[in-house]
Formats: sequence, structure tokens, C-alpha cells
Amino acid sequence: MEQLAFATGTIVAGVFACVAWFWGSNWLLDAVFPARGPQAGANILRANMIRPWLFIGPAVGFLAVYLVYPVLNSVWRSLHDAAGHDWVGLENYAWLVRDAKFREAIWNNMLWLAVVPALATLFGLLAAQITDRIRWGNVAKSFIFMPMAISFVGAGVIWKFIYDYRPEGQAQIGLLNAIWTGLGQAPETWLTLPFWNNFFLMAVLIWIQTGFAMVILSAALRGIPEETIEAAILDGANPWQVFFRIKVPQIWGTIAVVWTTITIVVLKVFDIVFVMTNGQWGTQVLANLMYDWMFRGAPDYGRGSAIALVIMALVTPIMVWNIRNARKEMR
Amino acid sequence: MGGIAGTKARLVWAVNLAALMLVVLWTIPTFGLLVSSFRDRDQIAASGWWRTPFTAESTGFVRAGTAADQQPEGDLFVISGMVLAPGQTLLAWGTSARAPGAFAPGETVALKDGQALSVAADGHYRLTAPQAFTETRGMRIFLTTTTPPRLTTDNYARVIGAEGLGRAFLNTFTVTIPATVIPILIAAFAAYALAWMQFPGRALLIAAVVGLLVVPLQLALIPLLKLHNDIGLGKGYMGIWLAHTGFGLPLAIYLLRNYMVGLPREIIESARVDGATEFQIFRRIILPLSFPALASFAIFQFLWVWNDLLVATVFLGNSQAQLVMTGVLRELLGSRGGDWEILAASAFVSIAVPLLVFFAMQKYLVRGLLAGSVKGG
Repeated sequence: MEQLAFATGTIVAGVFACVAWFWGSNWLLDAVFPARGPQAGANILRANMIRPWLFIGPAVGFLAVYLVYPVLNSVWRSLHDAAGHDWVGLENYAWLVRDAKFREAIWNNMLWLAVVPALATLFGLLAAQITDRIRWGNVAKSFIFMPMAISFVGAGVIWKFIYDYRPEGQAQIGLLNAIWTGLGQAPETWLTLPFWNNFFLMAVLIWIQTGFAMVILSAALRGIPEETIEAAILDGANPWQVFFRIKVPQIWGTIAVVWTTITIVVLKVFDIVFVMTNGQWGTQVLANLMYDWMFRGAPDYGRGSAIALVIMALVTPIMVWNIRNARKEMR
Repeated sequence: MGGIAGTKARLVWAVNLAALMLVVLWTIPTFGLLVSSFRDRDQIAASGWWRTPFTAESTGFVRAGTAADQQPEGDLFVISGMVLAPGQTLLAWGTSARAPGAFAPGETVALKDGQALSVAADGHYRLTAPQAFTETRGMRIFLTTTTPPRLTTDNYARVIGAEGLGRAFLNTFTVTIPATVIPILIAAFAAYALAWMQFPGRALLIAAVVGLLVVPLQLALIPLLKLHNDIGLGKGYMGIWLAHTGFGLPLAIYLLRNYMVGLPREIIESARVDGATEFQIFRRIILPLSFPALASFAIFQFLWVWNDLLVATVFLGNSQAQLVMTGVLRELLGSRGGDWEILAASAFVSIAVPLLVFFAMQKYLVRGLLAGSVKGG
């Protein structure tokens, strides 16, 4: 109860502080540069120069402290030793190149990058096309979209029930092993199976991201001009040709957006690996490796930051692409 | 013509079937969790959740009474009692692990030293001996039983009370609500300035916001934790609210600005001509008109904060009193990996609120996504 009161109090205080800032600073500005009297014109000009910064000030402050500063600070840390005292130059990066675990993580990340965005987009496209053509399409969409609301940890528990292993002879309570043994095979410990276990982890992310791809692509498909499709049908195109030759080429832009968005998610994937295998059995990924170096055992912030910057470097091309797209839209 | 119609009907069938398959595939994992969370502890471990509606057969043992329970009866000493739980049916029983189903219900079996044991079909057993029992540990009676399907809410009662999930639920709410409300306020003002006010550096700021959308959160954790410690904020709710506000702002500003730019120019210009101040325009015109965008960001941020594990782990600490639900789940996965009923019920409690929000507000969520979200985990 005490905690609830505390939380409610903060919300009220926080909202009040925000409103007080915006209202108060605006009032102050109008008081200092009143829009009347002999200097009304100059005052309005001056006030109009300052006012945008009152509106945007808190946001810029937050972005600077919570996103820009950490990036710069991480660069600095990655060039220093474990405790952040001594300058070591590029030693942390050199260590990364030599480290077997890092190579494993980056290889796995590449594997994730190759598989997850492709499959999630493909399933999303498929689901969008199919659900747009049936009467209960919206209900179907809801259900396929639903995993998006589930946390990665929750998804980890959910999929534990799928991948569970019982020794041969016992009743399998994991769905996958139940099907597998039903086919006459010996049960497998899926999450420790070398190489393939990566794909069983990826399945979880694909399961979560397909709905996202579906929603976006479905809107794009519906935006295609009817005439192009009708013309193709009149020319005798079959449904497959209409889909792959007429529809898909017209939504390439949207597919690219979906693809890159999922790519970013994949580059940062952490929770799924963290809770399901914790990077054991050859499933390490960059984000989890970084967590290991920063928070496990004796922390080494230098190495952890270096790994974080590798993730940042991988994301940067997408960031640049995003900015260029946004600027194009603004023109 | 008939041929074409026939193909069309078949195609409709195929599409419906494909959709059904997709839906089933995508729902089954969650459905399995939901069903499991209502099952009995023993049943979860004994059979897959898809066998819930069927009678489950299981083998186990119970211990008979000890010497303390014996009653003299004529010239015999007798220990008696019940081996079945309510609802169970006895198929067979035995006295050793090697042959756990050697005897039928109702049979009487002679043991060493003139002792005899019988287990009736209704589960009452009777162990007799010519001289007094001395055992301090009851002998094992092996049972093969069938249990009818049974659903229970005990798991939920247990996790919410004893496992500390109730507390974690409150913690999660305490983290989530301010972390959703505060960024909306700050972002709305910023988005308005970026959309409708002229000032030098505006284009640069917009580009910066778009760029910051993809900064990996992992990068920010250590520097910010150090910063919080240095300025005396330490680990606590204040820190995590500020952190989530900072991390959520790029998406918030981006979404809201995109929406506000699309509002009709005439309304705002005519308000300006009528002498309304920017603050009044914002409060009276922009804010009400932007409700759909505000709602979609609110849902995004709510889901994201509620489901977050990493930020909470780092900024809130790991003591029992501070854990959020994702943290509790993670701990359970580690320490109680075998307690399926606890895991399932806890997981469902933690995903129930996001699912509710999702189904209730799906319209706004979709709209927000379509406005061009590019935020990942």
C-alpha cells in the first residue's frame, strides 16, 4: 500500500513538475519580453527565438544524458582497462579479435542476422497475404500478432514447455520431443544440440516478430492500387504471379523497413539467450557476452564496452540509412 | 465457367486452412502455458499439457504407517490407513521398486516374519504381524494409479502469495506507470516544437532523434549506472524512471512529431493569427488532436517497460523487495527450473497484463507501428 502511494505520488509530482516547467518557463518568457509596449516587435522576435528551446529543452537534456553521453563514455571506457583507470589504447579490441568466445558470439549473431529477419519477414508476408483474404482475417491477425505483447523472458518460459527433454521411456512433456518420439526417434535435448540449438532459440524471436512484419506488410499490401492487380488478372496472371510479380515488387520499400527493423532487434537480442541457455552450448551472442563481462564475476568494463561498441558499429549503417530516409521524407 | 468456380472454391478452402494452421502454430505455445498453469504439479510432470483432458496413469509410492501407528487387534498387530488421494483409482500395487505393479487390488501378500499386507481397491491398506512392529520408518507401498483430469487454481494462489510474485507485480506497476507517463509529456512538447516551430538546428535535431532510435541500450547501462551512483541516485525507482524516460524519448518524439506534422496547417495558423500563444495552441489544439498518437506510444512504452528485464536488472537491483516480474521469472527459471507449475503460473501472471493491454488497445498499437516505428529491444 505504501508503495502504491509512493508510486502515485511520483506520478503526480512528475506530471506536476513537467507542467510547471513548461507553463512556468513560458510565463517567465512572456514576462521578460512582453508582446506589448514600445518594444513589442523586438520582444516577440526574441521570445520566438527562445521559446522552441523551452519546449524542447527537457527532451534534449534527457537525450544528451541518457543516450549521447553513454555512447561517448563507452568509447572512452573501451580504451581503458577493466576498472577504467589506465589507458590501454586498442588493447581491448585486440583482445576481442583473439577471444574465441567473441568469435563464437559474432558468428552466432551473423547466423541470427541471416535467418531471423528473412524468416520473420517471409512468414509475415505470408500471414498478411493469407489473412487479408479471409473473413475472419482480423481475428487471425490478432492471434499471430499476440506474441509481440509477451516479454522475452515470458517467451523463454513458454518455449521451455516446447523444448523440454525427458529421458527415453518416460512420457515426454515437451511438445517437440513428444512429436519427435511419436515419429519413432529418440528424444533430444534440443537446447544443447550443437549448432542447431541456435535455430531453436531463433524460432522464439521469429515467433515474436512475425506479427509485427504481418501488420506492416498487410497495410502495405492493402495500399497497392487495385488497377495494377486487375490488369494483371485480366492479362491471365495466376494468383502466384499476381503475388510475386505484381504485389511484392510494389511493396519493396516496406519490406526493407520491416527487414531492417527486425535486424536491429536481432543485433541487440539478449533476453532470449540470457534466460534459455545463457550462452552455453555454443549459443553465445554479442549482447549476452557483453552482459557477462560487465556484470558477472569480476567486471571488466573495458572489454564490456568494447563489445557494446561492436554492436553499435553493426547498427550504425542502419542508423545512417534511417536518417537519410527520414530526411528524404521531410523534403 | 464451372471449372473456374471450382478452382476458386478450392483456393478459398486452401487459404482458410492455411490461415487456421498459422493461427494454431502461433497460439499453441502460449496456450500450452495457459493450460499447464492450471494443472496439478504431479500431472504437469507426468504427462504433456495436451493430455490434460485425459485420465493420467502414474506410478509412485507412499509410505505405510510406522510402529507408532500400530493397534493390537486380537493376537495381531495392525497398521492401517489410506494410500490413495481423492479421485485416484488403484490399478495395481507392489512392495518393491523392481515390481511396482505385481499385485492386484484386494490381494493379500505374505511378507517376511509372518507379516502380511493387503491393499483394497478403495485404497485402504492393512499391514498385519504376529508380534509388535518396531519400524520407525514406514514400508514403501508402490502404486500404479489413474488420476482423472483436474484443473486447479492452487498454482496461482501459491505464486502470488508465497513466491513473492504479488510483490513483484506491484513493483512492476510502480516502475511502469511513471516510466510511461513522464516521457509522453516531455516528448509531446518536443515533438510540437520540432513539427510546428521554426528555429535554427531543427533539422539537425530531428536527424539526431532518428539516429538515437537505434542506439543499443546495452551501451548505456554502465555509464548511466556510474552516473546515478555519482550523483547519489543509486539504484532505485527514481533511477529506473529516468532511465526509461531517456530510452523511450527518441521513439516518442519520432512518433509524435510524425503525427503532429500531419495535422492541418490552417487550424494552427488561424489560432496564431487570433493571438493564441504557442502554449495555448499546444494545450488546446495539438494535444487533443494527437490523442491517437499519444495512445499508441503509451502502449508501446507500457509494453516495453513492463516486459523489460535488462534495464530493471541493472537500475533496480536484485533484492527480493525490488525484483520486477521479469526478474522473478528469470530467477525461477534458474533456481526452480523443475517446478513447472510455479513457472507456468508465474509466467502467465506476468504476461496477463500486457496481453490484456494488447487485446484492448490493438487498434492504437497497429496505428503506432504503421506510423513508422523502428525501435527494437
